[in-house]
This record gives sequence, structure tokens and C-alpha cells, in this order.
Amino acid sequence: MSTVEAKSIQKRMSSRVAVLETQALTRRFGSLTAVDNFTVEILGGEMFGLVGPNGAGKSTVIKMLTTLLPPTSGNASIAGYDILHHPSQVRRVIGYVPQLLSADGSLTGYENLLIFAKLYSLTRDERKERVQEALDFMGLTEVADRLVRNYSGGMIRRLEIAQSMLHRPKVLFLDEPTVGLDPIARGAVWAHIEKLRDNYGTTILLTTHYMEEADALCTRVAIMHLGKVVAIGTPTALKSSVSPGATLNDVFTHYAGYELESTGNFRDVSRTRRTAQRLA
Amino acid sequence: MRLTNVIRAAYDFVAKTMTIAELEARKLHHDQTELVTRAVQPALWILIFGEVLAHVRAIPTGNLPYLDFMVPGILAQSVLFIAIFYGIAVIWERDLGILHKLLASPAPRAALVLGKALSAGERGLVQCGIIYLLALALGVRLNPDLFAIIGVLLIAVLGAALFSTFSLIVACVVRTRERFMGIGQVLTMPLFFASNAIYPIAIMPQWLKYVSEFNPLTYQVDALRSLMVQGGTSVYGFGIDLAAMLVGTAVLVIICAHLYPKAIN
Repeated sequence: MSTVEAKSIQKRMSSRVAVLETQALTRRFGSLTAVDNFTVEILGGEMFGLVGPNGAGKSTVIKMLTTLLPPTSGNASIAGYDILHHPSQVRRVIGYVPQLLSADGSLTGYENLLIFAKLYSLTRDERKERVQEALDFMGLTEVADRLVRNYSGGMIRRLEIAQSMLHRPKVLFLDEPTVGLDPIARGAVWAHIEKLRDNYGTTILLTTHYMEEADALCTRVAIMHLGKVVAIGTPTALKSSVSPGATLNDVFTHYAGYELESTGNFRDVSRTRRTAQRLA
Repeated sequence: MRLTNVIRAAYDFVAKTMTIAELEARKLHHDQTELVTRAVQPALWILIFGEVLAHVRAIPTGNLPYLDFMVPGILAQSVLFIAIFYGIAVIWERDLGILHKLLASPAPRAALVLGKALSAGERGLVQCGIIYLLALALGVRLNPDLFAIIGVLLIAVLGAALFSTFSLIVACVVRTRERFMGIGQVLTMPLFFASNAIYPIAIMPQWLKYVSEFNPLTYQVDALRSLMVQGGTSVYGFGIDLAAMLVGTAVLVIICAHLYPKAIN
């Protein structure tokens, strides 16, 4: 990204208002602090990346913001609704694709979309229109009536993203959207996420442990390590703050103080493998 | 103003409940093997256990032949057996991530639970069909009254909903498949034997009589017996049976709706 582009993004963002704000969001599990004082402000239309190794606290942040896990302390607001006092309004304005593969394999692609359109209270006309649009958008029209258990991993991910967009959420949460995918499927999923942001202006918060992906696609990233945000900014700014020609991996090493390696526990590893297995 | 809000919320609740039930019905439609295998157990109970005990005449069932007495009990039992293991679905869906997505949607949690419960009822309806056919073939004098049949279906669905919600609660508490299966096994037989499914309460020892009065299966069987077969009578009265089951289901759904979000963490 050139400096001119970076400046234009900065300008575009500064003219917008924050759609997601967190104040010292913290979550403890016993003596472990999974997320420690997480404070960010994300503006409308941003593609914001939470990066870091397994166990850094990325998924816990997403779980709190999607109202699945109450914070130990701190608060956050999404599109003006706060997660502690108005969780059901928050759920109306967000879309969420969990890290695990969550499309229902024993239903068809069409049925997966239809059921979620109903759960999000779309009217009959909206349902018909948006389900068809989603199938077209994600290139799934041909396989719409096939059972999802026969889909490839990339197709399942695209279906899930389509499911989460039916109600046109203000903020879309994608937890490790490309984990376990082969490079080609990963590329296709990314292309669709970018197209989605451009077409619908959706603000996207995603987590990934692929630093190159975050670098190439996010307007801003927050690097997390052991529950703390150790650096935050545009990929360009972060890289140039370390050294010319640095990568985001170098940035991580610089701020976290050690080489990036997988620190996930047994549960993380087995979950990642299980997801990868289902995708194979 | 406030009233319209209440009506809107109620409509939303019903719509979301039906959506979850629809989801499960669509799954059943795609894979019906489960329905066939489910038919085996009640068939064995009626054909073997029922036929044998009918010849022994060991159990006093008043003016009802034993087989007629037992058929409603076996219907309740087969619905119970489906429902009591139903909670494993929530453990499965948690492991897949489906539960996360449902809980992050605006659907009320109680609607997610009740929808699931009703989908156990869908399977219960299939059991009704199977048992009606078996009973007919064995010459049980079934009550042909249309309202009585509708009543049987209603009670079967309600029984399935009640016990599947109980099962969902157990699943939310124990959280792993292995523990859940163990507990499911432990629960099934006491619920079945501490009820009037295959023998009347009157012949039970006193302590078991007390236990059976707290067993929802007793009320389910009592209602079914009064509706399903000619000459069948209710001990408690249909109103009490229905009320006991409705209240039981409502209480369990409320408890389960509170526990449901905890299942994912």
C-alpha cells in the first residue's frame, strides 16, 4: 500500500463515525487473563484485523463482542448498542461466522440460508430476493440444492459468510475465516470478503494468524499477544515503525519480544485439526 | 402501545420456535433412516413383552385386556426413549459451531430451546403412527374418535418436548458426550419403571407410589390411556395430566433457556 493510498484511507475513515468501540474489555478465566484491557475504536467501512498466535485472545474478544461471553469487566458498543445492557439489539446488527464450520451439513445450501433468513425476521419477499442474491454473490447457485456435507471447504465458508450477511449487518465478525483452507480456496474466500465490503460497506472485524493475509487485506490491524494488544495501526505504519522492509511477522517479533510460533494448547490444536479435517 | 409490543414479541417467539422446528423437520426429511430404526424398539416391547404378559394375566388391569392397557404405556415409553437422549444434539452442535451462530442471532433463547423440543415431538408423532399400526394389527380396541386421536398426538408431542428439554438441560450441565450418555442410561429406566406405563400404580409399593406421582411420565401415560383405547380411564383426570405436563415443560424450557448460552463456554 502506498503512502498516498494510506492517507486516503485515513481521510476516508476520519470522516466516519465509530461503529464499534470497546472500553477496557477484559475477560478472565480463573487466574488466566485471556483478554486484558482491550480498547479499540473501529470506524464504519473498516476491515479490521485481530492478529496473533493461537491463544492470544482473539476469539475471546469476538465471543464477547458477539454477546456469547460476558466480559469480566469493561464494555463495548456496536452501532450505538452496548453489549452489556442491550445484547439482543446488538445481535440484530451483527453477523458472525464462527471459527468452527457451522453450516448444517445435513441441510442443503439453500435451506441453510432460508432458515437463517427466517431467524433474522426477513419478510417473505426479502427472503426470496436475498437468498437468491446471496447464492449468486457467493457463486453457489448451481449447488444450492445439494446437501452441504458434499460441499468443499471453500464452498462451506462462502455459504457461512452468505448466511451471516442476509440481514445486512452493520458489523461482520469473521473468526479465522480461512483456517484450514487450501491456498486457492483461501484466495476465493478473501476475494468474496473484499467484494462484500465494497458492495455493502459492511464493517468487518476478523481474526487471523496468517500475518500475510492481514497485511494484504486489512485497513488496520491490532497485534495481540497473551491477551494484550501490543501494537495497533495500519499495516504500513506498523511495518515502517520497526524497520524498512519489515513484514508483519517482524512487527510481531518486535512488539511481543519473541519469535512467532504456535502457542495453542491441546484444545486449540485439536479444534483446528478437526476443522481442517472437515474441510478435506 | 405496550400491548402491541407484547403481541409482537409473542409473534416473534412463535415464529422463531417454528423456524427451529422447521430446520429439524427438513433434516429428518433428508435422512429418514432414523425413523425406521426407532420403530424397532416399541415393536419388540409390544410383540414380545406385551404378548407374553397378556397370556400370563399377572397384572390386574381392571376391565382392559393387558395389551390394551400397555399400548399407551409403550407409546409414552418410546417417546421418552427418543427424547431423553435428544440433548446430545446440543453437544454436537456446540462442537460444530452451529450453536454459536444460533446464540449470536436475535432469536430468543427460549425459542431455540422450545423449537428443539418440538422437533423431538416431530419424531414422537412418527412413533404414534407406528404404534397405532401395530396396535391395530394386534387387535387392540383403539378409540376411533377423531378428537381423542388428536389428543393422543398432542400429548405425545408434549411428552417429547418435556423430556427432550430435560435432556437438553442435562447436556448443558455435563457438557461431554461420554458423561451425557452415561447419565441418559441411568435416567431412562427409573423414569420408565417408576410410572404406570406397563403396570398400574395401584400395585406399586407405597414408596414407589410417591415417586411415581412426581414422574411426568405417569401423567403422560394416564392421559394417553384415557384417550387411546376403548374403555381406558384416567386416574388423575385429563385436565390434571395436561396441566402437569404443560407446567413441567414451561418450567424446564425457562431453566434450559438460561443454561443454553453457558453450553458454549
